[in-house]
Amino acid sequence: MSEPHRVRVVLPQHLRTLASVSREVALEVEDPVTIASILDALDAAFPALRGTVRDHLTQQRRPFLRFFACEADLTHQPPDAVLPEAVASGQAPFMIIGAIAGG
Amino acid sequence: MSKVRVLVGTRKGAFVLESDGKRENWQLNGPHFAGWEIYHMKGSPTDPGRVYASQSSGWFGQIIQRSDDGGRTWHQPGLPAGQPVTTPEGMRRVDSNKFAYDTSAETGKPLTTHQWYDGTQRPWQFRRVWHLEPSLGDPDTIYAGVEDAALFRSTDGGRNWNELAGLRGHGSGPQWQPGAGGMCLHSIILDRDDPGRIYIAISAAGAFRSDDGGATWKPINRGLRSEHIPNPTAEIGHCVHRIAMHPSRPGVLFMQKHWDVMRSDDSGDSWREVSGNLPTDFGFVIDVHAHEPETIYVVPIKSDSEHYVHEGRLRVYRSRTGGNEWEALTNGLPQKDCYVNVLRDAMAVDSLDQCGIYFGTTGGQVYVSADAGETWKPIVHDLPAVLSVEVQTLP
Repeated sequence: MSEPHRVRVVLPQHLRTLASVSREVALEVEDPVTIASILDALDAAFPALRGTVRDHLTQQRRPFLRFFACEADLTHQPPDAVLPEAVASGQAPFMIIGAIAGG
Repeated sequence: MSKVRVLVGTRKGAFVLESDGKRENWQLNGPHFAGWEIYHMKGSPTDPGRVYASQSSGWFGQIIQRSDDGGRTWHQPGLPAGQPVTTPEGMRRVDSNKFAYDTSAETGKPLTTHQWYDGTQRPWQFRRVWHLEPSLGDPDTIYAGVEDAALFRSTDGGRNWNELAGLRGHGSGPQWQPGAGGMCLHSIILDRDDPGRIYIAISAAGAFRSDDGGATWKPINRGLRSEHIPNPTAEIGHCVHRIAMHPSRPGVLFMQKHWDVMRSDDSGDSWREVSGNLPTDFGFVIDVHAHEPETIYVVPIKSDSEHYVHEGRLRVYRSRTGGNEWEALTNGLPQKDCYVNVLRDAMAVDSLDQCGIYFGTTGGQVYVSADAGETWKPIVHDLPAVLSVEVQTLP
């Protein structure tokens, strides 16, 4: 069995506060590295965040959140699609972005 | 000397204010959960240190927070930050933010559907917790009124939540519909003399009562009249904004409906209008004096299309006769160019000998009257829009 990947994840400010972490966290993610496997690892490492990125019941992405990496918007990729090698290797962070809105 | 603690939920965080019994000098603690909507906070009647908060966001969903030290520090129940989601034995820990509606035991499909704005039927979808009501006897037992409207209960301090599905399951669900603010269960009243009796109210379905601890429910809307539904006196469909009860008289209920202030003397089985001489009977809040069960308070709002106080004057109206005869209380409140609203969960009373009345506005002010409404002063005046106000009277 291969070693888990060490993936860097950038969190929006409110989730950093909830999880009591800094801007970026490092997660151990089993191969293959996908959106779903990263979010599963995030939930496991930081249970305070469960239900905040994906709906608790449906496991669907919350509508005002998007996923960026390697200067690309990966939001609408299938959750089980393999992400770029740069994410799996930790060279590029996987970014969870909150939609900009006023008020 | 007794103290009071005021729990203020706002559009952008939670604030805790404390004073001694004079209620003149206040210390502010907050903001907690800065940037999040705090629809409601409430403390346990039996353990004043235990306070629950509903923290939500359009981005990140619902979080339940709990304090065991009177609002100084907070945590998600059973889930300190960094704690693994599974135990070393592989057991899942808690789901303190998970509100899963019951489904049909036979089919596994949604228990019922409700009416959507376009007249179609939709299954329930959880959005947020509007109101938290701690049990009168056990600090670990707490009820949550949620949108889409349903009642949940936790018996382990907020770690796990289960729906009291008899409320949606009694048959009228398909007639329930969201108001402009959503289809929310916003009022929960527990009867200290009868642990089995629970009252709740929903916008826009009406008021309901359980006499068996939440297992079964009946609508209690006879006497209500609402022109916004095809049959104005229908059993279901009324936009109840708030109900209130004095603990010493559990059979007497007061209601601020979308329009109309109402009263029931038979545990909600029938209602009669007591709007009397109010300048407008639209409004959101209604509450009862701590020591005078016939003294009630409302804040009239101009109309359902103009959600601010009437004539630019912030006036609390008090009735000492259980309704119908109302007097304006204005001393210390702005009487010119004021256009704030007072939302349904934003009024509370303390139980000091000289009853204190509190309310918060969408303009960010929280006012107190330490003399039952005769005079008012702001505790704070520059908070974010206030969503809820609760008070704890402390020894």
